[in-house]
Amino acid sequence: MNSKLIFGIAKSLLLARWRQTLVAAVGVTFSIAMFITLLSFMNGLNDLLDGLILNRTPHVRLYNEIKPTLDQPVNVSAEFNDSYNFIQSVKSGISRQEIYNSGPIMEAVKADARVLGAAPKLTAQVFFNEGTIDITGVINGVDVEEENRLFNFQDYVTAGTALDAKNVANSIILGKGLADILVADIGDVVQVTTVQGERFPLKVVGYFQSGIQEIDKVQSYASIGTTQKLLGKPNNYITDIQVKLHDLAMAPAVAKEFRQVFNVDAEDIQTANSQFETGSSVRSLISYSVGITLLIVAGFGIFNILNMMIYEKMDSIAILKATGFSGRDVNRVFLVIALSIGFFGGMVGLLAGFGFSVIIDNIPFNTAALPTITTYPVNYSLVFYVIGGIFSLITTYLAGFFPARKASKVDPVEIIRGK
Amino acid sequence: MGDIILEARHIHKQFHDPVTVQVLTDITFSISKGEFVSVIGKSGCGKSTLLYILSTMDTDYEGELLIDQEPMTQKTDAELARIRNAKIGFVFQFHYLLNEFTVLRNVMLPGLKLNQHSEQEVEHRAMERLKMLGIDHLAQKMAYRISGGEKQRVAIARALINDPHIIMGDEPTGNLDNRNSDMVFDIFKQLAEEHNQTLLIVTHDQSFAQNTGRIIEMEDGRIVRQ
Ligand SMILES: Nc1ncnc2c1ncn2[C@@H]1O[C@H](COP(=O)(O)OP(=O)(O)O)[C@@H](O)[C@H]1O
Ligand SMILES: [Mg+2]
Repeated sequence: MNSKLIFGIAKSLLLARWRQTLVAAVGVTFSIAMFITLLSFMNGLNDLLDGLILNRTPHVRLYNEIKPTLDQPVNVSAEFNDSYNFIQSVKSGISRQEIYNSGPIMEAVKADARVLGAAPKLTAQVFFNEGTIDITGVINGVDVEEENRLFNFQDYVTAGTALDAKNVANSIILGKGLADILVADIGDVVQVTTVQGERFPLKVVGYFQSGIQEIDKVQSYASIGTTQKLLGKPNNYITDIQVKLHDLAMAPAVAKEFRQVFNVDAEDIQTANSQFETGSSVRSLISYSVGITLLIVAGFGIFNILNMMIYEKMDSIAILKATGFSGRDVNRVFLVIALSIGFFGGMVGLLAGFGFSVIIDNIPFNTAALPTITTYPVNYSLVFYVIGGIFSLITTYLAGFFPARKASKVDPVEIIRGK
Repeated sequence: MGDIILEARHIHKQFHDPVTVQVLTDITFSISKGEFVSVIGKSGCGKSTLLYILSTMDTDYEGELLIDQEPMTQKTDAELARIRNAKIGFVFQFHYLLNEFTVLRNVMLPGLKLNQHSEQEVEHRAMERLKMLGIDHLAQKMAYRISGGEKQRVAIARALINDPHIIMGDEPTGNLDNRNSDMVFDIFKQLAEEHNQTLLIVTHDQSFAQNTGRIIEMEDGRIVRQ
């Protein structure tokens, strides 16, 4: 209809009270900026913490668990089908950790369209010998190239080169904590005793730092071949297949399927790391609620200022109505006022929020536990800006709704007579 | 006389707070095109109340009101607003201009609302009317920066912007000194005589009323002479 006129009137009313308008808009700006900054920072932290675990955790892990058979022979036997069978002192049978048929399973897994890649792994429990002391540790035999590709292995090798574990014969990458205990520099040789009692010298080609000290004190990495040799196993012996999917959310379904198809144990990342999901969602929840609280406060600011403005502009409203503007026109004028405060305040807020995020992103943040991080983490997701923008409009609309309705109901006769 | 522009039929009005008071009783009269009518009566006799009803701003009454031979009862808020906009020009005692706008813009607003002419044309018409009232030099001033007499002339220019069927005024000179009152009266007179403009002006200024074409006299909510 007559939008240009409505906008023109709204603009004049706004500019006539620009100081109040500014205060209202600054309220919105501030809350939107905080909202954006908080969400970007919190989510940056979330990504960082999740990445700490999730990036290098397989989405689905295939393995053989040593456990007692669920179907004990007496239960299977037809003869005792109808009876209650009490079995005591059940023990795990002679089962192997090895994944049978690992080769064909690897092929089949890699051929699956949902799978980004699969890397074999085997673990060996060993003792590191330092003088007269034995320190327990674990050597993970990995395919270094695949490990790099799928699980960013090289990011955590803080000294030396990850690929040397493959290229140098009988080599090992020690956890930083473990290396410190062993006083082993790069190029040194450490002595390792396997569970079977055999002793091997291994050359240290790198340190590795996961960001979690407990892990770094125990874990170390070697090539598959080296680890198989250590254990005295043939070159098809592996204990784990680590699968990375295109879509993390599919992990539980895929794990369930693989468990049945390949007749192995399969664990999905959600089950293995449920606590991280919880942490992330709680952090997101906190930032959303703080942001929305700020917006609601800003909304009340707008509500107050509009109410005040309507009180002051009673005469103007009465005049507009007397000269032919309908209640609806007046209503629209005040809604436009509210929404422009929301729109401009919100826009500036989005820009300011982006600015603050950039500043945070440039503040140095060095921690020994996180070798790849140099500044505070920030997530620049567009989603936060969209939500922030929409919320600023919704809040200001709601804040303007009742004052605008009040304005539209002003009875001009009452005002004009009252003079 | 010519066409009937405004007709009131048996209008009654009561106020209910706190006790019921009968303010208008059986008001019946009509105004034809080109008439210059004044309404006089003692303070409190119901002149303003009547004018608010005739201007369609007050819809809480009994009886019938016809503007341009069209009944105003049963019309919605938006329809009445449209009629006020297109057919009625209003001048108040306290020159109610919008302080946020310039003089020119104040005059233009009802014209822009009517949306029958382009913005340039509305501006041109507004300037014409300001010129006619001798205040075109004030066009770009903010409305609150001009004197009371000037404000009242701006209000008249605004009332004229849409070529209304009738101009209503509620004691438009009541707040002005003699010189300005005379000037406003002369303007009304000129509008009536030269432009055949219909006018209905409430006043308690006897000399003002004596010079109009027709006097409606009220007493205690009734018309006692017309
Ligand atoms: N809102 C109201 N509630 C109750 N009585 C009112 C109200 N407005 C006006 N009146 C009464 O109606 C009568 C007429 O008032 P008004 O039309 O303003 O008189 P006038 O304009 O002739 O001086 C007065 O007695 C006044 O007290
Ligand atoms: Mg009065």
